[in-house]
Amino acid sequence: MTITIDAITKTFDTSSALNGVSLEIEDGSFVALLGPSGSGKTTLLRIIAGLETADAGHILFHGEDVTDRSVQDRKIGFVFQHYALFRHMTVAENIAFGLTVMKGKARPKKAAIAARVQELLDLVQLPDLGKRFPSQLSGGQRQRVALARALAREPDILLLDEPFGALDAKVRRELRVALREIHDRVGLTSIFVTHDREEAFALADKVAILSNGKIEQYDTPKQVEENPATPFVHDFVI
Amino acid sequence: MTTAPALSTPVKASRRKRVRSAMPGLGLTLGMTMLWLGLLVLLPLAAVLIRSLSLGPVHFAEVAFSPRAIAAYRLSFLAALGAAAINGVFGTLIAWALVRYQFPGKKLASALVDLPFALPTAVAGIALTAIYANTGFVGGALEKVGIKIAYTPAGVVVAMVFIGLPFVVRTIEPVLADLGKDIEEAAATLGANRLTIFRRVLLPEIMPALLTGFALAFARGVGEYGSVIFIAGNMPFQSEIAPLLIVTQLEQFDYEGATAIAAVMLVVSFLMLAAINGIQARERKWRSTGQ
Amino acid sequence: MRKATTEPAPVRALLIGIAFLWLALIIFLPLVAVFAQAFSKGWSAFADALVQPDAWASIKLTLLTAAIAVPINSVFGMAAAWAISKHDFRGRQLLVNLIDLPFSVSPVVAGLMFVLLFGANGWFGPFLMSHGIRIMFAVPAIVIATTFVTFPFVARELIPLMTAQGRAEEEAALTLGAGGFQTFWHVTLPNIRWGLLYGVLLTNARAMGEFGAVSVVSGHIRGLTNTMPLHVEVLYNEYNFTAAFAVASLLAGLALVTLGVKALLEWRYADQLSATGH
Repeated sequence: MTITIDAITKTFDTSSALNGVSLEIEDGSFVALLGPSGSGKTTLLRIIAGLETADAGHILFHGEDVTDRSVQDRKIGFVFQHYALFRHMTVAENIAFGLTVMKGKARPKKAAIAARVQELLDLVQLPDLGKRFPSQLSGGQRQRVALARALAREPDILLLDEPFGALDAKVRRELRVALREIHDRVGLTSIFVTHDREEAFALADKVAILSNGKIEQYDTPKQVEENPATPFVHDFVI
Repeated sequence: MTTAPALSTPVKASRRKRVRSAMPGLGLTLGMTMLWLGLLVLLPLAAVLIRSLSLGPVHFAEVAFSPRAIAAYRLSFLAALGAAAINGVFGTLIAWALVRYQFPGKKLASALVDLPFALPTAVAGIALTAIYANTGFVGGALEKVGIKIAYTPAGVVVAMVFIGLPFVVRTIEPVLADLGKDIEEAAATLGANRLTIFRRVLLPEIMPALLTGFALAFARGVGEYGSVIFIAGNMPFQSEIAPLLIVTQLEQFDYEGATAIAAVMLVVSFLMLAAINGIQARERKWRSTGQ
Repeated sequence: MRKATTEPAPVRALLIGIAFLWLALIIFLPLVAVFAQAFSKGWSAFADALVQPDAWASIKLTLLTAAIAVPINSVFGMAAAWAISKHDFRGRQLLVNLIDLPFSVSPVVAGLMFVLLFGANGWFGPFLMSHGIRIMFAVPAIVIATTFVTFPFVARELIPLMTAQGRAEEEAALTLGAGGFQTFWHVTLPNIRWGLLYGVLLTNARAMGEFGAVSVVSGHIRGLTNTMPLHVEVLYNEYNFTAAFAVASLLAGLALVTLGVKALLEWRYADQLSATGH
């Protein structure tokens, strides 16, 4: 699924978060939105997801204009920084949620849902934790569940908002590897937001560096390192 | 190095008509809320204010500020003020004990604080009268030393103390609980004793909550009816509270008089609400700017 | 050596002692008095008072009023809390303040307002009467006045709770394809159920116990338009103290049950009851 971001502008009450941002994301690529806090990267991600609406500009998925489409209809998977797991549901119920709220004929049968949940639990390497509650899991385990939940509906696009921000360094590195593996295996187009330069460079095929609501440079990590486009990028990646 | 991409397919330019909230249901729930609020709350309030305006300023002043009305306001406001002040002192003490100390029966004490909130006002009214009348447990004992409570303004104050207590305690408790110990420890290292620490360090911190609780207790006391009319003497000019005056006038079909006095009480209620909001808004600003 | 941030033991004991004495005098004593007076002439007098037709009618009217006021205000309270806590819009704070209005209005004034609307000289009174609909001095006025007075409770309980709980879970549900109502039902409701229960309990206690507002609009017709609190007043004014306290003790019992359930909820689910509970 290619994603086209076309001249997106978003202003909050007092500050301008995004200023005519444009970006072209290739099918199956893993893109990092990198920048300091306040640069607009999370806002951009949420606009792509449909959790916020832009004041101007368009978002296209595979050439189709989805700007006015509701978040429910965009077929995305979203992983939140603090997991946002449903605390009153078990891990299995969390993962199954996207499937259980489907309406009418589209809704799979119970057995099919259960099978899919187990498949996903295996994928994120938590095969036996289906009956636990989120409060009984470690931070790293919760993030894996959040990932599995986002993948349940077989989205074409995976969006991650500082997914490892709340975790400690060792867990972060493990999950990085797991995430990249899953991305490659499932064949998603993935965009993730981070302020961690090392993480962005280790994971992404291409990095978009944002500052003050504008894209400073959008290129492969190697290119950004060797040929920084602006002084800001230069200072940021060194 | 890539620059902003040229689009292969032209996309029509459009201006966002209206920023949609991604979270659904705003239209429906907001509509329901405003409809219900409008019908049930705003419309009736408007009726009082409009009817009282239709009296014309002179007639309104005559009725709303007649000697009997003034006596009633004086009783209601002064008694509520006194009761709120008493509650301010003892309520703070109780909140302090509940937050800072462990002791047997703490849960019971905490539940008791909420009783005036849950107990019907008429039940409270007859119970208080039973206790403080000269045949009662406390009233009988006090009569021997010549103090009368029931059927005097003192009785009104006692009733208002009863119903106002939870407002002070429950407003102060969370603020006290959230206070970090570090400022107390800092003051202690600088040589202050506990009383000084309370007076100069802690009291200012809880003052907004205390004022809010005071205002809430006061507002509740002024408007209170059920708990008070049994223990008050209900003699015009002497021990008649403002709400009772309204009821009496209604029973005599003096709608004008009742409406005028109700309008005065509404204005006082709104002023109290504004004051409380003002306190809380300043508190929020003060905290966020860290001054 | 005691901690630097606490008082000496005798001071603590004194403060706790004063607190207990004060609570005993101001709060506990009246509670005891209700039951003492109710049973002062024994069990049979107590039971007698309650089976009187007028007393029984007042109980039924009270239950009916609560059965209408509580569900309606609960539904609107949830709607208001959803709009206010899960969305940003201009005038949000104003709306919160407006919702609080019934809380700060004297109950007698509340009753008067409805007399001005539905009474014989009211805005709508004559129109409704000419169509055979009687509101004032009848059951409908009692229900309406009670609904007004208990309007804010559920909203006041849920708004800070739902605000503190944030929007992330709801947003997650949206990204997974859930519609608005599905999100509320599956995600929000389980998270607020104890706060909701407490709000409903408070609403119910207040609905059954409301006196001032109902007194103004009821007409005090024995056996027809007297709720339990009004009937208590009737009995008391007739010097039928035991019977008055007998009916009052039922209401006091309800208050105790409400408080008991609240204590239970706080003990088990403190973090889900209020914004400050964590």
